[in-house]
Amino acid sequence: MIEFEDVGHSYGERVVLSEVNLRLSERRVAFVGANGSGKSTLARMINGLVLPSTGRVLVDGLDPSRKGREVRRRVGFVFTNPDSQIVMPTAGEDVAFSLRRSGLSAGERAARAAEILTEHGLGGYADHPAHQLSGGQKQLLALCGMLVLDPDVLVCDEPTTLLDLRNKRQFCTLLAGLRQRVVLVTHDLDLLGDFDRVIVLDGGRVVADDEPEPALRHYRKLVG
Amino acid sequence: MLGGWYEPGSSPLHRTPAGWKLLALLGLAAVVFVLRSPGWLGGICAAVVLGYALARISPRSCLRVARTLGVLVAFMFALQWWLLGLDAAVLVCLRIVAALTAANLFTITTRVDDVVSAVERGLRPLRRFGVRPDRLGLLVGLTLQSVTVLSKIAAEVREAAKARGAQRSVIAFAVPFLIRTLRHADELGEALAARGEGDR
Ligand SMILES: Nc1ncnc2c1ncn2[C@@H]1O[C@H](COP(=O)(O)OP(=O)(O)OP(=O)(O)O)[C@@H](O)[C@H]1O
Ligand SMILES: [Mg+2]
Repeated sequence: MIEFEDVGHSYGERVVLSEVNLRLSERRVAFVGANGSGKSTLARMINGLVLPSTGRVLVDGLDPSRKGREVRRRVGFVFTNPDSQIVMPTAGEDVAFSLRRSGLSAGERAARAAEILTEHGLGGYADHPAHQLSGGQKQLLALCGMLVLDPDVLVCDEPTTLLDLRNKRQFCTLLAGLRQRVVLVTHDLDLLGDFDRVIVLDGGRVVADDEPEPALRHYRKLVG
Repeated sequence: MLGGWYEPGSSPLHRTPAGWKLLALLGLAAVVFVLRSPGWLGGICAAVVLGYALARISPRSCLRVARTLGVLVAFMFALQWWLLGLDAAVLVCLRIVAALTAANLFTITTRVDDVVSAVERGLRPLRRFGVRPDRLGLLVGLTLQSVTVLSKIAAEVREAAKARGAQRSVIAFAVPFLIRTLRHADELGEALAARGEGDR
């Protein structure tokens, strides 16, 4: 359960979120809204990358502002640009990097990494230079780097924005098959058909919160 | 960096433990900078080239090394010849060739992960002086990552400037390059935080 209790946020004078009250228990939730409406800010609060100026956030009862470490262990995060998420030279090493605090030996880490890569269609790329992968493969790799830690929640901030249509679909099919609860921020509205809940933000407020069809209808009307 | 990255293989050089290779590389670098005899230096260059054959490096990678090194050495040679004379130029260039080809052979045949664990093991005694060996792997990875990301950003920014007919403008390059570099640093920091770096 992810709870936002009367959450507000401002950068200096500028208020970017206000009066957000949400209890997210569904398996697949999406945040949509115009550029600058506050989606990324809200999503980042789930793992404590941004702390709310007012109100509080709870992830399975844990407050990221106090228990950041525990929360981040439960919450994986995939960003838009895979180039910024991949920190090791090869795909295998990058996934293994996530496991550095797991207590596993180097050999076990490498084996586990190879397993996850194979599971997600990157088998055979473990020793491949990560920066030579295609955009879609890099985003997959970023996802593998999170999944190897087996989080309960996966927050994805526009993970498909830089991908072509095919990779977008592939990435979403993959998300759909995961055990993890997923919170997806996106501008690709046609990917949301089978989501459980879609939340529409506008000017830092929740203006619709419903099943995909009515929520997206509201959003489209908002845009005019 | 001559553009060589780890290439999987099973040659004797691939199988030598990373720590020994690193020590050998450091030793070779030290020797190369002490030696003043072109004959010996030439011999070392030849030995390193033999190393490429021993490691069965693909001709494509060898060519890439040769090309990058060729340009660099030609430039250095001309400069040194002009500044210091022929003898000194030959000496400097032989040193560069020996050190860089050896370093590149090392990166091609050694996984970064292995280097890092080797160095971590080597540095463990320093832990009581506050050195954090586990941070080293990250440092190495990030350094390599930054090189590729920054060159990608530079190339894209240069293209964009060219598209606007501003290839000679310093501002058209520097401003977007700086902004994108800073943004990359920001994103990288966030991604690391999300992966638990900084949580202790
Ligand atoms: N670090 C920051 N400093 C100051 N203002 C910020 C910062 N990050 C975001 N903002 C502002 O907060 C507001 C909401 O930003 P946010 O990134 O959450 O929007 P978003 O809904 O994710 O937009 P997009 O669809 O463009 O990604 C914007 O007006 C933005 O300018
Ligand atoms: Mg955003």
